[in-house]
Amino acid sequence: MVLVPVSTVSTRNHPTDSWRIQRPTIQYDKCIRCMICWKYCPDNAINIENGDERAPNDRVAKMEYPVIDYNFCKGCGICANECPEKCIDMEFEVIE
Amino acid sequence: MPTSIPKQELMAPGHTACHGCGATLAMRYVLKALGEKTVVSVPASCWAVIPGAMPFRTLDVPMVYTPFAATGASISGLREGLDIQGKTDYNVVGFAGDGGTADIGLQGLSGAMERGHNVFYIMYDNEGYMNTGVQRSGSTPYGARTTTTPVGKERDFKKENKKIVADMMIAQNVPYVATATVAYPEDLIKKIEHAKAVNGPKFIQILAPCPTGWYYPPEKTIEISRLAVQSRMFPLYEFVEGRFYLNKSFKPVDVSEYVKAQDRFKHLNEDEIENLRRYVEERWNQLLEWEKLYSSPIKA
Repeated sequence: MVLVPVSTVSTRNHPTDSWRIQRPTIQYDKCIRCMICWKYCPDNAINIENGDERAPNDRVAKMEYPVIDYNFCKGCGICANECPEKCIDMEFEVIE
Repeated sequence: MPTSIPKQELMAPGHTACHGCGATLAMRYVLKALGEKTVVSVPASCWAVIPGAMPFRTLDVPMVYTPFAATGASISGLREGLDIQGKTDYNVVGFAGDGGTADIGLQGLSGAMERGHNVFYIMYDNEGYMNTGVQRSGSTPYGARTTTTPVGKERDFKKENKKIVADMMIAQNVPYVATATVAYPEDLIKKIEHAKAVNGPKFIQILAPCPTGWYYPPEKTIEISRLAVQSRMFPLYEFVEGRFYLNKSFKPVDVSEYVKAQDRFKHLNEDEIENLRRYVEERWNQLLEWEKLYSSPIKA
């Protein structure tokens, strides 16, 4: 029995990419996989995935790495500001 | 590879919070610490609009909207209802902003804490009514410019000091009281783990910087949250079972560094920053005294 209005559609179906004016890009050959960008992302737009070969060394290449989900990233720039290796670049979006 | 905070995400992406929102980070960390068996009650606040318009929800746990003054009452009812159904392992969380806690919801909060329900009350403190367009609240600090304390030819900035609800909760003898901030998620999650072990009402005040209302660039949210602790504008402490622990393990910085990072304090001159500095110093000394006062060993 439903007594009040209930919202059931997850905002995973509600992309917010059009909000973005700056686009973050991770340079994986410098990234040390500390996951600080993932930890501080307010939009929950950074996912953790299994190892990537583009890494500074073999040990890091086997680790899980952060992947930005550009469907949800709003481009606030917290990740680039907090990155200890400064390996996230923020560039203005170009719409063609 | 293990991460410093739990990997489980109970807040979905795609919500409609502003760029660099501190309040969403607070909710994300709180849910990471509490897990799936949680019911959240949210009054009118930024969090009432963050999940988006009608068909959308952003939390993977049940969330109830309540009137502004009713957070305390609603968590009391949810708790007792769940207990009667035998669902005692569920966490009930009231997640209110500073307007809904320090000003409008104070009586509901005080009542719920006094009745001793086994609930969490999380206050995410963005120091104003940010959702409705940056109005002054009781929790706004001295010197801040808001739309109801504007600064133009007449310098009408807020002249009163911040009302600190966590201190009021200690005075009310709530079993668990803590302050935390989004720059230190490991500390925040540890505090919620400690709170889980306490059977009774729990109150946690989380400083959640707001780029829209504090007038700073959105990428500085974590930096400013960290500066708030280092400049002692927002001291982190924990009050558990009659013992008071003050966090002193940080590199202190001057208040002016925190003030100059935000445009809401841009108009302040040296004398006014000195007033703020004096207030911060007095409050810090008061907290050091509390640490001595509430240091008796826990009774076996």
